[in-house]
Amino acid sequence: MTERTESTTAQPERGEADPRPGEPVGTGDGRGVGNAAGNRAVRLPVWVLGVAVTAVIGLVLGVLAVFGAGTLPERAGPPIEELAVERTVLSPGVIELTVRNIGPDPVQVSQVFVNDAFVGFTGGGEPLERLRSTTLVLDYPWSDGSPYVVSMLTSTGLVIEHEIAAGVTTPPADADFFGRMVLIGTYIGIIPVLLGMLFLPVLRQARGRSVKILLALSVGVLVYLAIDATFEGFELAAGGAVFGGGLLVILGAAFAYLVLMGVDRWLRSRTAAARRDDAAGGMRLALLIAIGIGLHNMAEGLVIGSAYAVGELALGAALIIGFVINNVTEGVAIVAPLTDRRPTWLALLGLGLVAGAPAILGAVIGGAVNNPALAAVLFGLGIGAIAQVVVQILPSLREHGSRAFDARVLGGLALGVLLMYGTSLFSAA
Amino acid sequence: MTSRRRFLTGAGVALTGAAGVALTGNAFAGPPVPDPVPDMSGMTHGGGVNGPMFAHGATVDHEANGFNPTDTLRDFDMGQTSTMPDGRTLREWSITAVDKEIEVAPGVVFPAWTLNGRIPGPTLRCTEGDRLRVRFTNASEHPHTLHFHGIHPADMDGVPMVGRGVISPGEEFVYEFDAEPFGLHLFHCHVGPLAEHIARGMYGTFIVDPAQGRPPADEMVMVMHGYNTTFDAEGNQLYAVNGIPFHYMNEPVRVRRGELVRVYLVNILEYDPINSFHLHGNFFQYYPTGTSLTPTELTDVIVQAQGQRGICEVTFPTEGMFMFHAHKSEFADLGWMGFFEVTP
Ligand SMILES: [Cu+2]
Repeated sequence: MTERTESTTAQPERGEADPRPGEPVGTGDGRGVGNAAGNRAVRLPVWVLGVAVTAVIGLVLGVLAVFGAGTLPERAGPPIEELAVERTVLSPGVIELTVRNIGPDPVQVSQVFVNDAFVGFTGGGEPLERLRSTTLVLDYPWSDGSPYVVSMLTSTGLVIEHEIAAGVTTPPADADFFGRMVLIGTYIGIIPVLLGMLFLPVLRQARGRSVKILLALSVGVLVYLAIDATFEGFELAAGGAVFGGGLLVILGAAFAYLVLMGVDRWLRSRTAAARRDDAAGGMRLALLIAIGIGLHNMAEGLVIGSAYAVGELALGAALIIGFVINNVTEGVAIVAPLTDRRPTWLALLGLGLVAGAPAILGAVIGGAVNNPALAAVLFGLGIGAIAQVVVQILPSLREHGSRAFDARVLGGLALGVLLMYGTSLFSAA
Repeated sequence: MTSRRRFLTGAGVALTGAAGVALTGNAFAGPPVPDPVPDMSGMTHGGGVNGPMFAHGATVDHEANGFNPTDTLRDFDMGQTSTMPDGRTLREWSITAVDKEIEVAPGVVFPAWTLNGRIPGPTLRCTEGDRLRVRFTNASEHPHTLHFHGIHPADMDGVPMVGRGVISPGEEFVYEFDAEPFGLHLFHCHVGPLAEHIARGMYGTFIVDPAQGRPPADEMVMVMHGYNTTFDAEGNQLYAVNGIPFHYMNEPVRVRRGELVRVYLVNILEYDPINSFHLHGNFFQYYPTGTSLTPTELTDVIVQAQGQRGICEVTFPTEGMFMFHAHKSEFADLGWMGFFEVTP
């Protein structure tokens, strides 16, 4: 401690090249040998200080761990048994559940009953340690379209239930399956976004303030998507409490927001030279909107993919049409910043792919992995991306030299929200 | 977009129990559950179309439990008898309440409160007019009583605040009364909360034989009951006869062709209002409460409310396996199911 205080008083001389006294030759900073002046404070190199502080912290933590833990009472009460079902696979006469222990104590599934009838099963048998997973294969003659409640009876008599909304044979993850997922992703992602972008020439006819109103409409669309995805994400996360539940949505959102902010800064610095010519700015905004919408569409594809995996896409055509109409609006939102530029067809196609193609990825992940925790993260990414875009666009919607929004801009915002709400009803069939 | 949500209900949402379950531990030290053998061929390892059954083809550890339903089926405890000065028979029993973990299904432990360490408790059997003395020792950590059905003085009723009332842990008391009326009765603990004391296993059968006796028969006791392993007082997870679900599927009740079989059937099921008994391939004479020597019904299904009981008499004319079970299918699927194996 004394040394540290002295070194503080020695601060003003820090810049000098004078070697310090008492310091062994050959320490890390490569500076030198003793000084005849002699009595100045010892200045340790930064890394030595760091190591020393870390060591002290480690030592104290170690002492706390050894003595502190002992002062805590033993956890009383019954064992806490929690299982999450991460995957359900149905094949004729067989229900397969992949379960993970998400509680602090080991769980042993001793017996299983389905719709109030005990069933034979394989798997389990041994106590499942925390965060370990196992697969239970139940011998049960389920029938198509019927709901089931699988009850897992643990060694202590606790019952952990898992609901299967409707018995449907789980599609195998083969080439045919992935082909379908790519097709579905293309239908709901790429095609409608490109269709929406066809509005660009129409938007060009509108001049001046109407561009601002159109941008406001885009923001409305995005705000709706963010709010909707937040609800969806939290609902999903409730089923994926394994790795943090709702926290995953928030972490995903924060992550996407920060990364996209970084990307934006980078894009800005790269286009700084071309700043005078404002064209790059419009393109940059369009790209950011496309990325935001793309991440959102990934989450949307995820929902569709997992719906397919549990056989609910019987709703099929109506649902896809709903999503298509809904997503056309997203295409309009992307081209809104481009009304007074002349982007190449290739650039437009690229924007469409950035916004639409992630739906394919989402569909594949949703169909093949079907994991609520992963879904929560993906929804979070979408939300963060959208938030970032909204934050980017909002300043440009303000009245020149004012912090207020024009009434027509606010109207555009509201219209965007209403449009999304209206078109979303199609997919709520 | 509420419909999207619906898709995911089937996509892996487990209702994890909040684990608010009062259990004293899972120190079950029985034999390890054998490696899963996917033997779905026999009717005893099914669960699929062959009917419900426990997984792994395993059975419980009867030795660790301290009782085997095959033995308790025909275990009639006649007590210690002596003759009183007035010439009547004095019959004495000792019953001890013990807290005990019972393996109620392979790998599933239930913290039971037992009488003489078994579920159901002993089958006490006497003859009408006997003088009965039941020495009740409470070696449990909870207060209990013994309440007998039948006719007796108020202070022998075994309910709190009447006569001796509650028997606290470490205490004992002798219930003394006469055996009347003849018939099939039961006894159980009557301390509040009543449902829990009964559901934890504190009951037994009390048979008073008529003075003139009944025709000779292969006699057995079947006590219908269940286990609410989650202690939520909402139905049961396991249903059984004589302690262990599906036991008589694994070890069928062996009877002889042409011999009169007499089943003393008792319903002490908690948390469900009624229970039932259905016999395959045959009809039986039914004597409600056993208080008459004349049957009231020739039937293959009878229904009993909580605490109801009656005697079933049947003769099997042919050999083979004959199922019996609750005709409430849910109870059958959850353990209340067995076989008579009729041999020459
Ligand atoms: Cu009691």
